[in-house]
Parts: sequence; structure tokens; C-alpha cells
Amino acid sequence: MAVMTFAEATRRALAQEMRRDGRVWVLGEDVRFGGVFGQYAGLVGEFGPDRIVDTPIAESTIMGAGLGAALVGTRPVIEMRIADFVLPAMDELVNQIAKVRYMFGGQARASVVIRMPHGLLPGSAAQHSQTIENWFVNVPGLVVAAPATAADHAGMLISAIRSDDPVILFEAKGYLKQKEDVPDDIEPVPFGVAVRRREGRDVTVVTWSQGLKPVLEGVDAARQEGVDAEVIDLRSLWPWDVEAVVSSVERTKRLLVVQEGGKVGGFGSEIIATVIERLGPQAIKAVRQIGAPRIPVPFSKPLEAEVTLHPDAIKAAIAQLAKS
Amino acid sequence: MPPQTPPLRQNTKAHHLELYRTMQRIRVFEEIAVEVHRAGEFNGYLHPSTGQEAVPAGVCANLRPDDRLTSTHRGHGHGLAKGADATRMMAELYGRATGACGGKGGSMHIADFSVGMLGANGIVAGGLPIAVGAAQGLKLLGSDAVVACFFGDGSTNRGPFLEALNWASLYKLRVVFVCEDNGFSAFTYSDQTTAGNGPPERARSLGVEAVSVDGNDVVAVDEAARDVIAAVRAECRPMMLHARTYRWYGHTSMDPVAYRRAGEMEREKLRDPLLLLRRRLIEAGVSEGDIGAIDREVANEMAAARDAARSAPLPKARDAYSDVQDLGAVQWQS
Repeated sequence: MAVMTFAEATRRALAQEMRRDGRVWVLGEDVRFGGVFGQYAGLVGEFGPDRIVDTPIAESTIMGAGLGAALVGTRPVIEMRIADFVLPAMDELVNQIAKVRYMFGGQARASVVIRMPHGLLPGSAAQHSQTIENWFVNVPGLVVAAPATAADHAGMLISAIRSDDPVILFEAKGYLKQKEDVPDDIEPVPFGVAVRRREGRDVTVVTWSQGLKPVLEGVDAARQEGVDAEVIDLRSLWPWDVEAVVSSVERTKRLLVVQEGGKVGGFGSEIIATVIERLGPQAIKAVRQIGAPRIPVPFSKPLEAEVTLHPDAIKAAIAQLAKS
Repeated sequence: MPPQTPPLRQNTKAHHLELYRTMQRIRVFEEIAVEVHRAGEFNGYLHPSTGQEAVPAGVCANLRPDDRLTSTHRGHGHGLAKGADATRMMAELYGRATGACGGKGGSMHIADFSVGMLGANGIVAGGLPIAVGAAQGLKLLGSDAVVACFFGDGSTNRGPFLEALNWASLYKLRVVFVCEDNGFSAFTYSDQTTAGNGPPERARSLGVEAVSVDGNDVVAVDEAARDVIAAVRAECRPMMLHARTYRWYGHTSMDPVAYRRAGEMEREKLRDPLLLLRRRLIEAGVSEGDIGAIDREVANEMAAARDAARSAPLPKARDAYSDVQDLGAVQWQS
């Protein structure tokens, strides 16, 4: 075990995979410099500029070239800098990468990793701070991961590189420079397997990515007041661990979903609908979700607070659910 | 007046007969496809490349089996010229289980990876970033294979065109950008939507050498492609081959082309690439009989492809659920 930043944990994981498999390489903006969060620091020294490839600011071709290189047998790691910048590359991601295997009747595999640091980063405003992982759950063909811990970031990056499916790794942008414990030998973390971060019998709280820290704060505060909430960190949204959520709600009969992204059309609605379909409405006493209001991410602090997850609000929601 | 063309060299006669065969295969494949589609034998739509056959025939005659190709929505000719199996392609148009893509793709998404055909594409300019990435991957793997990236003049107004040419030039990649300039961007003449002096000038501005060729003269395309592909392979750099040609059908086979300028089709029919080559072959001493034999072989091949497609099984509903993804694939429920 060692304490390191999220960025450093992923840097080690990537280096480990690049040593293991010569077909793995990276393309993205400013990666030779180390990447905007230091995730690639020093890698060009070990692997050279042909495997740590600095690209033009050309998102369509960063994404599309990654696909082309996968189609001839390499395993590219596509760095999108931040998730907001995938929008100029949506054709290459949604129309091409996600669909080539299917459209071509199984002849092709788009074995790529798309790294997308996402989520609220204070002061970053409407085009550098979006949380839009739910959009991609709607795209058949993609694996969508959104880990919350440093160890999961590193372990899921390994799984993503080894996967033959295209995997989007939404990295928690607000956490990348924070430090956590990471195992010395980074093991792959599977997709579709949730982790219970707190055990509890009164309420089930489901979250992922940058939802986890405020949720744990809110849950721990509620526990001081005698309400025991169970916390499920989904870690990936497609596939997602339906059984973990359903079996927890079966016991607690109360479900709270906490998501940093927008509540309208968000993944929380999918979780709640799935649970109700599985258990039937009579088996559930109360459901609720917390998510951003349907406004762009604003800049000024008091405005930005409107789209920020607050532990107090999570604690209050847990208390209210426990009473119903 | 038909254009003046130089006489054929005798030792290339067999080669030119093969070029003729490739063009005729594309022509007849698409004629049959349009006919049976009109008769309602399969749904969807077709983007025929009739009139443009010389470009894929001339380019692909100079590609190795391990060279790759990216294509467009108007891609039947690219696949056939690269060596894709006509029977499996026809079955794909029919949406059959035996189709090149098992019926999941249809005309717009035909691919045959066994011959390096990395796929047609329903998005204009969609193939350009894929092509440069394939070339980058091949270079990383130590291969000297070339990627032939086919695209139309309409693509040159999309951002990925600029991005991909800059990219290939920057990283010195083995890409031949084959611009099939048929003068149309869907239902509109490209000259009404395009500023500047054409694709070659755009390529040169990014350090990509461009060669222009009469895209209806398959001998000219073949000879230009030979030089271009050899240079791209040996010197490890991209080039553009700009081929002026003409699209006989509309954007789709059902488009009546009400927008076509008066007299244009009549003039272009005189420049039919098959007609031009046939005339030159005859002038070079090839007999009508030898050409007619190729015509008969091609007619038989394509009629057999059609018949096989007609009688091939359709996919089952459950097949809609295969080849989506390994992790998190949804299951078919009867």
C-alpha cells in the first residue's frame, strides 16, 4: 500500500500495461508533457514519442484515429483531456467506435480505451465541468465506467486496456490530484461489480464517481443521528450491478440515488425504474434522487453551489427517507 | 467529341483487361442491385457509384492484399475492387444471414476485413480519421502497408478532412487520400457549397502532395495510382490522388436528379469509363470476342450472386442481439 494521487495511480497502471503489451499506446493532447493532470508524467521517457503520441487539438481525429489503429491490431488509449471535449468527437465515438463490431457483423473490434476526466472542478464553468456519463449509457456497444477511488481508477484502467470492448473511463476530475491508498500491485477491477462502502439497514444510497465523497459525509453524519444507511458505489454504469442494488433495497425498502450530473434524464431514473420493476412498488417504502438541476454549470461560487452535491442535503434526504 | 487518349502498350493488354473486368463487375453488380431494389426485393436505399468505376478499379489494382481501404456510403466499387466477395456483398444488400455483415449493415456498412476493406461509412468524411489511425497503427506495428482512403468532394468541407490530412502529414503516414470528385454533395452541386480552388490545393496547404487525374480514364488512374502508392509506401508519407469523375445516378438510386444541369448527362455518357477503355482495347487489337467473354463471365457471376442472395436465409430475431459487446450485452428474449 502506498499513498498517492489518483493521477499517479493511473500513471502506474498504464505504465504496467504498456510494459506488458507492446500494442498499447496513447494518443491525446499534451500527453508528452504529462497530461493536464499529470497522468502521463514521464511516460514518454520510457515508451518514446511513438507510443506516447502528442496530437493536434483535433478531437474528431484523436477519436477516429484511435479506432483506425485498433482496427489494424493495436490497443490505443485515447485521451480526451476532459469529457466536455468529446463533443466534437461524438461521431467517431457514437457512430463509429460503438458500432463497428455490430455493423460489420462481428468482423471488427474497437478495442480502445477512452479516458475522459469529467465532473465538477470548481471554477471551471459550463464547458469544462460537465458530468454527462449518463449520455453514453444510452449507446449500445460501449462500456461506461465511473470509479470513485484511486485504486478503482487504476484497476479499471487496467481492465479497460485488456477489454476487447470499447471502454469509456470517466475519471473523477475533482479527485485526480487528491491522495489515497493504492495497492503496490495494481490488480484489474471488473466492470459491473459494485462495492458496498458502508453497511446499513435503514436506507440504500447508490452513487458513483464524484458522488461518493459527499455521500459518505452525509451518511456518516446521519449515522451520528441514528440512521444507518448502506452505500453502494456502482463503479460502472454499463454494465451496472443490478443485483447489488436490488438485494440491498429488498432489505432496506428505501432507495436514494445521488448523482452529480443532471437529475432529469439521468442515470438515477434508470436505477429507480429498474428496482421498482424488479421488486414491485409495494416492496418499496420510499425512493428519492438527488442530482443537479437542469441548468448549465455556472461559474460564480454561489451559482456553482446550485449544481454541487452537499453532504447536508444528502443527510437530510436520508433522514426523511428513514421516516417514511 | 470523345477525348484523345494515347494507344495502349501491348504488354499491358492483359492488365487492362483485368481493369475492364473490375469495372464491369462494379457496373453490373450495381445495375442488378438497383433493379432488384426497385422491384422491392429489399428495403433501404442504395448509393450507386455508376460512372465512377475507374477510380476504385485503377487504385485497387495497385494495392497489396495487406494494404487497407476505407470507404464511403458509395462504396460497392471499393469493396469489389479490393477483392470482397460479390456473393456475400449482394447477400448483405438483401439483408441475409449470409451477407458480408450478417445483414446488420446493409449497403452503407459493407466491410470485408479478410481483404483489408475496413468498411463503408454512412457519415460523410467518417472514413478519414479511421484511415489515418489505421496507417498510424500499421506504422507502429512495423508494417509498410498503405491505407487507401476513399472519400468524395463533399467530404472536403467537413472538419475531419482538415484534421486527417494535417495528421497524416504531421506523422508521415502511408495514406493515399483518394478524392472521388463527382461534382455533387448529395443533392447539390459541390461548386455551390465549396470555396477555394479544390481538394488538391487544400491538400498542398497541409504539406500533402496531390496528383490530379481524369477519374473516368482507368488507364490514367491506374498509372497515377501506381506512382502515388509506390511513393507513399517507399517514402512513408501521405499523398492525395484527386480523380475527377461523374455520378450517373442521383444521391441514391431513387433520386430523380431533378437538379441535374441540362445536357450534362448526355455529355458524361460519352465519357463512360467502360466505353473509353473498351474503345482503347479494340484500338489496341483486343477482339470484341475477348471483351464479350469477360462481359458474359461477369454477367454470370453477378446473376449467380443475386440468385444466391435471393434464396439465402434471413437472420433470426435473436441475431439482432449478437456482436454488440462482450460486457453488458443484453439478451434476446423470445
